[in-house]
Amino acid sequence: MKKLVIGIMLVNLLAACASQKPKEPEAAAPAPAPVVAEAAPAPAPAPAPAPVVEVDPLNDPNNILSSRSVYYPFDVSAVQDADKPVVQAHAKYLSEHAARNVRLEGNCDERGSNEYNLALGAKRAQAAKDYLVSLGITANRLSTISYGEEVPVCKEQNEECWQKNRRDRFVIVPTRPAS
Amino acid sequence: MLLRVIQSVIGSLFLLHVSMANAELSIEIIGAGEHQVPVAIVPFGGDDKLALAINDVVVNDLLRSGLFRMIDAEGKSPHEPAEVSYPEWLARGAEALAIGTVAVQANGRIEARFRLLDVVKQAELAGQVVSASDGQARAVGHRIADLIYEKMTGDKGVFSTRIAYVNRRGQHFRLVVADSDGYNEQTVLSQNQPIMSPSWSPDGSHLAYVSFETDHAVVYVQSLYTNQRKMLAGFSGSNSAPAWAPNGKQLAVVLTRDGSSQIYLIRPDGTGVQRITFSGEIDTEPNFSPDGQYLLFTSDRGGSPQIYRMPVKGGVEQRMTFGEGTNFSPRHSPDGKGFVFTHLVSGKFYIAVQDFQTGQMEILTEGGWEKRPSFAPNGKLIMFASEARERGILATVSSDGRVKQRMFTQSGDAREPVWGP
Repeated sequence: MKKLVIGIMLVNLLAACASQKPKEPEAAAPAPAPVVAEAAPAPAPAPAPAPVVEVDPLNDPNNILSSRSVYYPFDVSAVQDADKPVVQAHAKYLSEHAARNVRLEGNCDERGSNEYNLALGAKRAQAAKDYLVSLGITANRLSTISYGEEVPVCKEQNEECWQKNRRDRFVIVPTRPAS
Repeated sequence: MLLRVIQSVIGSLFLLHVSMANAELSIEIIGAGEHQVPVAIVPFGGDDKLALAINDVVVNDLLRSGLFRMIDAEGKSPHEPAEVSYPEWLARGAEALAIGTVAVQANGRIEARFRLLDVVKQAELAGQVVSASDGQARAVGHRIADLIYEKMTGDKGVFSTRIAYVNRRGQHFRLVVADSDGYNEQTVLSQNQPIMSPSWSPDGSHLAYVSFETDHAVVYVQSLYTNQRKMLAGFSGSNSAPAWAPNGKQLAVVLTRDGSSQIYLIRPDGTGVQRITFSGEIDTEPNFSPDGQYLLFTSDRGGSPQIYRMPVKGGVEQRMTFGEGTNFSPRHSPDGKGFVFTHLVSGKFYIAVQDFQTGQMEILTEGGWEKRPSFAPNGKLIMFASEARERGILATVSSDGRVKQRMFTQSGDAREPVWGP
């Protein structure tokens, strides 16, 4: 009934290594219910002579808007110079698309406490919002939310992975919820 | 030289693997207390099956504490003091001896009659009838282990207390309440959105926690008796980090409704919201002192996350942690003389304690991935989230750093533990 197995194991030494190893692979995190508005694809254009179909720049892989995230160094919440063109492009897009708003989702890597990271994610989302406001977008078109370290896009424990998780995601939403 | 160092490391890492009936749970113990009480636990007389189940719990509880050494009771089965031959137990090296009987009453209740005997003085140290409802043999065992622990160490036992934690499996999250040894697990909430930061009400009747089920962080309070729950704070932005005041009449929470993450007080019914920090930076993870007068919290107002303290009624906010590294997740010790927290330095997380009077930090663990520590009610053990074998696990360390324990619960990652009443 009672089994006591006594042995000597170098568990501490193993534990020291454990944090270096990637965790068990898991399915990529589906972001919680993002309301990503797909650009209304124009009805299939007739083989018209002139291409007057407007392509939503969101769906143009060559447009900077195809990058809908800005990234942060560890424990930093100021928009980095290298990422400012991404925010500027979103400001331009919003100024040209009155029917669209943006939700800014702040995320962190898993270093730090969960609660601190929730707060840091909020701070990052707010930093992007403040920058968009400074570029002339009215604040009420911009909402922020933090997922802290809870919704990582990459789950391994290394810097390559962590840097992908330290980000604001820009989610384009309709000004009014779709009926 | 190096070889000798390795040998001494191996020697100090003597590891006890307690494999129990429940295949899904295993516990590893590393280290031992400075002084281990040699004690013999004789399986009780009466209902054999119950007696063995209870014996198993008592023995494992005491071993996990690191403060006891088991003396073999083989070939001896006294159940009453008159049947005890003290010289024989003295010869085996026992300082104390636990004996008793157990039976199922007509009403279905388990009743154990238990005595703890001092082998050296040949005297009874304690005698008690412990009863529990049908199927609660583990509870009877924990109570008996608590009594033995209290008599032999002078500190209150915590084997009958409970813990709460979050189990994450892929994108599935469960809020779990279990006995302090990880058994008797009950799911409080199960969903596909993150759950964070469980916090016990002082009487153990309710849990406050953070759930993302409405796509942003909202604080709920749920009764563990009726399972009924209500939203405590669901303002726009993040609502998080609930912490109960010791009198249960107030909680501290962190809200971003006015901009940055700031600390607010709120009544358990969600009324009386009052902002108490105004840094404009991150203020989070509030924790009340046992006398209810102070809050410890984490803030990045100085440029990096550190621990601060402030009077709940407002006043001077004092930085508590300095030096290399950053610090998170402070919690007062039950005697109010210090606090435990997570210390991050050179990419490694450690569990550390600090004394208010001396201001000295003491690191208790080897470091790695160690987060969210909380004291057991007796202040002798600290539970925290750790990682081993590529999984999130629960771990404990004694407050003197000598005894460590790792608990491998069911599949998935165990996170966000907190020790309850």
